[in-house]
Amino acid sequence: MTEQATGAPKPQQPRARTGGQQQSAPVEMTGAQSLIRALEEVGADTVFGLPGGAILPAYDPMMDSSGLRHILVRHEQGAGHAATGYAQATGKVGVCMATSGPGATNLVTPLADAHMDSVPLVAITGQVASGSIGTDAFQEADICGISMPVTKHNFLVTDADEIPRTVAEAFHIASTGRPGPVVVDISKDALQERTTFTWPPVTDLPGYRPVTKPHSKQIREAAKLIAQARRPVLYVGGGVLKSGATGELKVLAELTRAPVTTTLMGIGAFPDSHPQHLGMPGMHGTVAAVTALQKADLIVALGARFDDRVTGRLDSFAPLAKVVHADIDPAEIGKNRAADVPIVGDAREVIADLVVAVQAEADGEGLGEAAGAGFPDWWQQLDRWRETYPLGYDLPEDGSLAPQQVIQRIGELAPEGTLFAAGVGQHQMWAAHFIQYDRPASWLNSGGLGTMGYAVPAALGAKVGQPDRTVWAIDGDGCFQMTNQELVTAALNGVPLKVAVINNGALGMVRQWQTLFYDQRYSNTQLYEGGSGGEAPQQGRGTRCPDFVKLAEAMGCVGIRCEDPDQLDAVIEKANAINDRPVVIDFIVHEDAMVWPMVAAGTSNDEVMAARGVRPDFGDDEE
Amino acid sequence: MSKHTLSVLVEDTPGILARIASLFSRRGFNIDSLAVGVTEHPDISRITIVVNVEDLPLEQVTKQLNKLVNVLKIVELEPASAVQRELVLVKVRADNETRSQIVEIVQLFRAKTVDVSPEAVTIEATGSSDKLDAMLKMLEPYGIKELVQSGTIAVGRGARSITDRSLRALDRSA
Repeated sequence: MTEQATGAPKPQQPRARTGGQQQSAPVEMTGAQSLIRALEEVGADTVFGLPGGAILPAYDPMMDSSGLRHILVRHEQGAGHAATGYAQATGKVGVCMATSGPGATNLVTPLADAHMDSVPLVAITGQVASGSIGTDAFQEADICGISMPVTKHNFLVTDADEIPRTVAEAFHIASTGRPGPVVVDISKDALQERTTFTWPPVTDLPGYRPVTKPHSKQIREAAKLIAQARRPVLYVGGGVLKSGATGELKVLAELTRAPVTTTLMGIGAFPDSHPQHLGMPGMHGTVAAVTALQKADLIVALGARFDDRVTGRLDSFAPLAKVVHADIDPAEIGKNRAADVPIVGDAREVIADLVVAVQAEADGEGLGEAAGAGFPDWWQQLDRWRETYPLGYDLPEDGSLAPQQVIQRIGELAPEGTLFAAGVGQHQMWAAHFIQYDRPASWLNSGGLGTMGYAVPAALGAKVGQPDRTVWAIDGDGCFQMTNQELVTAALNGVPLKVAVINNGALGMVRQWQTLFYDQRYSNTQLYEGGSGGEAPQQGRGTRCPDFVKLAEAMGCVGIRCEDPDQLDAVIEKANAINDRPVVIDFIVHEDAMVWPMVAAGTSNDEVMAARGVRPDFGDDEE
Repeated sequence: MSKHTLSVLVEDTPGILARIASLFSRRGFNIDSLAVGVTEHPDISRITIVVNVEDLPLEQVTKQLNKLVNVLKIVELEPASAVQRELVLVKVRADNETRSQIVEIVQLFRAKTVDVSPEAVTIEATGSSDKLDAMLKMLEPYGIKELVQSGTIAVGRGARSITDRSLRALDRSA
C-alpha cells in the first residue's frame, strides 16, 4: 500500500488575482513574446504542439524560452491527449498549441475528451489575422464556435494587450471549480503587434465564482443519514482525485466502516487493496459493487455523476437508496438521480467536514445500531457476493495468451509507482479490473468520451510530467493504429514509455457486443483476416498487418512480440529494464476473451451477469 | 409542460448569445421567445428567455446557464409577480368599408395605428402574449398581410432590482 498524499496534487492555482502581488514594470514586446511570458508566469513548463502559419509568431519566442519545454508532436490530436495525460499525471494544467484551421480542428477530439473527464487543459490556437476572420481565409476555422460545446470556456483574442489577462483567466478557469479545457484562440496580427507586458494582469471574471465550501447544514444532514443507515455505500468518482481528497476519503471510510466503490474515473482514489473496497461499479463493474448499489439504503456520492455506464437503466437503479450527492458542479446534482441531500463543494472540503460531522454523531451517540457496529449484516452480504463472484477469467484451451493474464502480469511486475494509461475497449476494462491501483494518479483513461487512441499520447504526456515513474500504455490493436505516430515523438524526445498492444486482431469490445447481441455476425470488427501478400488466412492470431514489431522499430522504439504464455514474464521484465527508448510489446492474445461481469446496455443493474449465462444469486428471497 | 420566463444577466461580450442558444439546442430545450437588450449598466445585457419545459429540466438548464462564464445571474420571473410585455407590428388589409371597424378594435385593445394607406393599416400593440393573441384573433378576418413580433421582456414588480448585486460584483472586480 502506497497511499501518498502527494500523488495527485491539487491543480496548480495560477498566480493571477490582483490581491497583494506587486505588478511588474511594463515591458515592450510583441504579442507573441507576451504570450510566452504569460505562459511562463502562470507556471506552465511544458507545451505539446505543432506549428503552422497562424501560430508561427508564437513559435519564435518559444525557441528562446528557458522555462517552457516544447514537445513537437506528429499530429495535433496527440498534442491534446498528451497535455491531458500530463495534467492527469501531475495535477497541473496541461498545455497544447496548434495553428489555425486544421491544426485547431484536430484538437477537437482531445478537447471533448478533457471536457467529459474534467481535465484542466489550456489549448492555444493561432487564428487568421483579425481582418480576415469570417472571409473563409486560408486555414481559417471558427474554433471558438466549433469548440463551444466541448470546452469549459473559450476566448478569441484579436488585441495583443489582452493576451496576458486572457492567459491568466484561461488557466484560472481551467484549474478551478470543476476543471476543464479552455481554448485561447489568438489572431496572427495580435501575435505580431507591439504591446506592453505587465504581470500579474488584472483579471475580470464576475460571472465565474465556483463554490468550494460546503453548506454546514447539508453536511450535518448527510452525517445523520450515514449514522442511521443500515446498508450504506460510498460511491467515489474522479472528483475525489482532482481535489486531492484521497487521504480524507480513507479517514471517512475507516471511520464509517462503509463499503467503497470507485468509478472508472475514480480508480486510485481509494486503495484497491483496502478490505473495504468493493471494486468498480457499472456496466463492467464487480458483482459486489453493482449489487451493493442496487441493495443500498444510502448512497454517498463523492465527486461522481451517476453516469449511464454506472447506473444502467436509471428507473431501476438503486431503488431503495437515499442519496447524498456531493459535487463541485451544481449542475451534476439532481441531473440523473434526485439527491436527498445535495452538497455543492470541493470534495476535499466536503469529506473533511463529513468526517467531523460523522464523528460528532458518534460522540453524541447518534449512531444507529448498524452504523455503531460497523454494519456487520451488510458486510456479511457483501462478503458473500465478493467471495462467490470474484473477478476472474479462463485461460484459453489452445494454450494461447489470455489478454487478462497479460494485463495482470504487467501490473504485478510493474515497478513501484507505475502509471498506467489505457485505450478504450476490452483492454481498458481488463486494465481496470486486473491491475491493482493503490495510489492516486496511477490510472489514466478516457472514461467519458471513450476516445480510442487515447493511450499512447496520454502515456507520452504522463511520462513527460512524471519522468521518474514507469509509464505503461495498455492499448488495443485497434486503438494503437489510431495514434501510434506519437511513439516517434516519444523516441525523439527521449521519453521511454512502454506500450502493451493487446493484439486480438479485432475491435474487441464491439466484437463482444456482436457475439452477445448480433448473433455473432462480425460486421467490420475483424482488423486482420490474414492473407496479405499471398499468406494463408490467420484469423484469430492477431493483427499482423501492420507488423507492430517492425512498426515500433521503424519509429525508433524497441519492438518485441509475445505469443507464448511461457515467455510472458520474461518479455515484460525485459521491457521494464529498457529505459533509454520506448518499448512496444505486441501481445498476440486469444480473440474470444470477453469482459465480465456485464450489464447489457439499456437494462437494469439487477440484470448483471457474472459471466455468460450466469446471473448471480443475490438471495433476493431472504429480504 | 409549462412556460417559464428567465431573465439572464450577461456580460456584454461577443458570442454570448451563441453560447446561450447553443446550450439550449445542445441540451434539447426549445426557446419559445428570446429578447436581448442593454440594461442600465453599459457592460451588462439582459436576455429574456421564455421556455416551455417541465420543472426538472428547467432546473438543469438554469444550472447549465449558470456555468457559462459570462452569465452573471439568472432569475425566473413568476407571471404573478412580474410585468411581461411583447410588442407586435401588424399590417392589416383595410378599405373604406373596414377601416373604421379595425380602428375600433385598435382602440378596444389600447393599441395604436402607426401607418395608414388606402389598402392597409399598420398597428402597433404592446401587452402580454394573451392580450396580443386576442387582438390578432379579432384582426384575422380582415386579412393579416404581415406580422412581426418581439420576444417577451419582463421585469419583477416592486422596488427590488435583480441587477443590484450583479453590478456590485462587476464593480468589485473592475
